[in-house]
Amino acid sequence: MRATNDEEGEAQMTIKGKACIAGIYEHPTRKADDKSLAQLHAEVAKGALADAGLSKDDVDGYFCAGDAPGLGPLSMADYMGLKLRHMDTTETGGSSYVIHVAHAAGAIALGKCDVALITLAGRPRAEGMATGTVPRAPVAASPDAPFEYPFGPTVANQYGMAAMRHMHQYGTTSAQLAWIKVAASQHAQHNPHALLREVVTVEEVINSPMIADPLHRLDCCVITDGGGAIVVVKPEIARGLKRPLVKVLGAGEAPKHQMGGKIDLTYSGAVWSGPAAFAEAGVTHADIKYVSIYDSFTITVLITLEDLGFCAKGQGGKLVADGNLISGVGRLPFNTDGGGLCNNHPANRGGLTKVVEAVRQLRGEAHPKVQVKNCDVALAHGTGGSLGTRHGSATLIMGRE
Amino acid sequence: MSTTERKYPAPMVNPEIKPFFDAAARGTLMLKKCAACGQAHHYPRAICPFCASDRTEWITASGRGTIYSYSVMRRVPVPYAIAYVTLEEGVTMMTNIVDCDLDAIRIGQRVKVVFKPTDGPPVPMFAPA
Repeated sequence: MRATNDEEGEAQMTIKGKACIAGIYEHPTRKADDKSLAQLHAEVAKGALADAGLSKDDVDGYFCAGDAPGLGPLSMADYMGLKLRHMDTTETGGSSYVIHVAHAAGAIALGKCDVALITLAGRPRAEGMATGTVPRAPVAASPDAPFEYPFGPTVANQYGMAAMRHMHQYGTTSAQLAWIKVAASQHAQHNPHALLREVVTVEEVINSPMIADPLHRLDCCVITDGGGAIVVVKPEIARGLKRPLVKVLGAGEAPKHQMGGKIDLTYSGAVWSGPAAFAEAGVTHADIKYVSIYDSFTITVLITLEDLGFCAKGQGGKLVADGNLISGVGRLPFNTDGGGLCNNHPANRGGLTKVVEAVRQLRGEAHPKVQVKNCDVALAHGTGGSLGTRHGSATLIMGRE
Repeated sequence: MSTTERKYPAPMVNPEIKPFFDAAARGTLMLKKCAACGQAHHYPRAICPFCASDRTEWITASGRGTIYSYSVMRRVPVPYAIAYVTLEEGVTMMTNIVDCDLDAIRIGQRVKVVFKPTDGPPVPMFAPA
């Protein structure tokens, strides 16, 4: 395949520098009793387009996942009145939207669209969903379901098994996991939209009720309604907008599964998506000033940081302890909006808000109390599905110009 | 504490996996093994996930293994232990640990298969050996 010339005039098979994130929006609601699902998608789309300084008529590419109503892009293009020439419905659970940004950049690089809109929305609270503690009815004909559903797999006990094994193999402790929640709560106190703004201590986390061994209630993310949207555009368009320029530098994606029964719960697909993203971006860990790490549970963050190479395998407990993830305190500021653990986990899918907070950091638009100084390169990572069975990992590295 | 009061959902059986649950009804744990690459896998498939051969064959497993990991679900009316058990044949399968004190379950513990009834065919669970 012949690559087209990129901005630097070099023929490269890469998305590096070929697309910019021009618009972001996080819905302020956390409980949407009075809104429909399609309405929430349209509201976040409107918000992100307004942030970019674009209108819906500029959109020619649309990306959504399994949370979208009806037939996804068909139903939402119909509702919003979009005229499209590119659609992508990649579905990897909560990590979908991190992948969508990469796929949007790829589509833009190939000239398949110029302005890509990504939306996420949901209302599990309004619908009374027990997100983490009741087994979810299997998707019809899932080949794994007859060998899993009878055993009561919930989100909480699947991640619990990953945490239990990590503790057994590497000596990780509940107190170390608790530090992840403590850091998130330190950040969330400054976010007026966060569902949980109260600062918590390690003791409060490990004394909160046990949900699924060894995960306590405060090891688990929140359940919230709402959503968010991202607008990815080609650099020529981004330069004409009145927003700080945030470029896509590199991305990686990978499924991790049960390997035919050769199960190892101590690592995630980030062992593949991470190196791919770093290689494409051409940056090292020392270049990364801020990380948004999917935090469905505290253990998700710990395993992901190890797999992304921020420490050696098994050393995640030491990495996250003692406030090392707190902005202004530690060496690796993470989830400065409060993340899924405290702020927001709309539609039970936290990948989109991970990108949103990373873009805020790169723009210098995070809350002043948590804004990372000279934040020129940031990483966002999504984990969709379950660490305990199968999941999609997605890593995205972005840079401010 | 026992899990025996918990009601287990029935597996949805399809033609590809019917022999597994027919064997379960006879109290036998079956695995699929590939005649081409020699490796056993789980859950059972017609096409080998390691080498893509269609020469997969049903074998009878010993039903003995060790606990790879587990988690006791506490926030439910009847607490229960989900687990992965690594069988002697080398494959690891999702299951429940039953007929024991849930607070005494440990990684590395030796367990043996027991079949528990559902509204459909019985399903393989494991109890301390």
